[in-house]
Amino acid sequence: MTNPPRKKRPSKARDNLVYALVWLACFAPLVWLAWRGVMGELGANPIEKLVRELGVWGLRLLLVGLAITPAARIFKQPRLVRFRRTVGLFAFAYILLHLVSYVGVDLFFDWNQLWKDILKRPFITLGMLGFLLLIPLAVTSTNGWVIRMGRAAWSRLHRLVYLIVPLGVVHYYLLVKADHRPPIIYGAVFGALMAWRVWEGRRTQRAPT
Amino acid sequence: MLIRHAPDLTDNDVTDHGLYLKRRTLMAGLAGVGLAGAAAGQAQAGLSFTKGFSTPEKPTSKEDITTYNNFYEFGVDKGDPAEKSGRFKPRPWTVRIDGACEAPRTVGIEDLIGANKLEERIYRMRCVEGWSMVIPWVGFPLKDLLASVKPTSKAKFVAFETVMRPSEMPGQAWNTLDWPYREGLRIDEAMHPLTLMAVGLYGDVLPNQNGAPLRLVVPWKYGFKGIKSIVRISLVEKLPATSWNKLAPREYGFYSNVNPAVDHPRWSQATERRIGEFRRRETLPFNGYGEWVADLYRGMDLKRFY
Repeated sequence: MTNPPRKKRPSKARDNLVYALVWLACFAPLVWLAWRGVMGELGANPIEKLVRELGVWGLRLLLVGLAITPAARIFKQPRLVRFRRTVGLFAFAYILLHLVSYVGVDLFFDWNQLWKDILKRPFITLGMLGFLLLIPLAVTSTNGWVIRMGRAAWSRLHRLVYLIVPLGVVHYYLLVKADHRPPIIYGAVFGALMAWRVWEGRRTQRAPT
Repeated sequence: MLIRHAPDLTDNDVTDHGLYLKRRTLMAGLAGVGLAGAAAGQAQAGLSFTKGFSTPEKPTSKEDITTYNNFYEFGVDKGDPAEKSGRFKPRPWTVRIDGACEAPRTVGIEDLIGANKLEERIYRMRCVEGWSMVIPWVGFPLKDLLASVKPTSKAKFVAFETVMRPSEMPGQAWNTLDWPYREGLRIDEAMHPLTLMAVGLYGDVLPNQNGAPLRLVVPWKYGFKGIKSIVRISLVEKLPATSWNKLAPREYGFYSNVNPAVDHPRWSQATERRIGEFRRRETLPFNGYGEWVADLYRGMDLKRFY
């Protein structure tokens, strides 16, 4: 009696290489931004540029994180799912830096102005809300927390990202003066990723067990 | 009205006046043999001017003024106007001045420059987005140009229009705004001695990205009122439609005077970042020109007429 032919597992070395590449790709925008900042290449208004770029990269990485599960299914690469945590934590880091640079560099710790902004400016209110909702997701990102909470509760909590991403898109949309194409594109990508989830959910429910 | 000259700028001439005059003569000579159109496209000839009303503040660097622009006809990014305006041809150029006046006319840009006494005026410029610059313009008062067409009593407002050239202005392919760009002033604002028609910047001919060859500068209003690459100026009886006001009437009023007490619906106007500086600074009513222009709006509720 022979064993059925087993699919060859990717080697440990290749695993580590892919992991390093993902990590570098997530870090690259920050390095590039810091480099341009040091070289004085962020233009005439470097503070605004820095704050905006950090925010946009945070949003992009959130979308990449949301794209991992569909990509893993569609391309039959289940091991991709391992990278959700890395990408998600990098997204959190960019958004944290986005907030810190806005409060610390743009407003220069003018807490009074910040409070007024949060109350009076819908785009700041929504952005701040999105950030607050991200904190529990970042905190509970470890394996320990998955075990402590139980898989089902943990998954439910992390579905908050389906609310956080549109908050980010609307936050972006509201600060644009006339050219709404970029936030609309990010909104459309989010819509497509959510549509896939709905479609996939129905498909797997119908499938014979 | 008395316009005071900032004293610490009067003896600040760094470029020999005779040199400017010589360059002007060369330009005029070329025009005489019909070469101006071909030559002026490349020419970065200096302009002949005297020092006029100016702020004593340090001008923003030429690099920042010419690379950080809102000129949506060339694209919506601040860097687009500098990068994508190379194909734009600001010469030859004519401006039509018509409407409620006795002597409507069409005038070429070189004739306009030749007929008017040019002055350098260093003005603060406050963008509605919350940043500001100090810009050394070269130009002449709009009132001189308007006087030349003899406005009638029906001229209550002035309407301006930017050129429509999608082949040279890639941003006009997108309907971000309803092209061509339009702006307007009340007649007393237009006739105010601070209101400038700029043809130059930092002593040279106006670069494409800053609104070549002819743009409006109204230093007490938000920057978008300063319409660029003007082809038509009409004296009209009714308040004219303006581009940003049409796009978002709640956000951009016809007057759009710089006012820290009236916020943009989506962001505060209380402070601004001066390009080149780190900390934000307080925004001044009428961008600091209230002493000369506040009277124009006496009795008006500026929260209503924003």
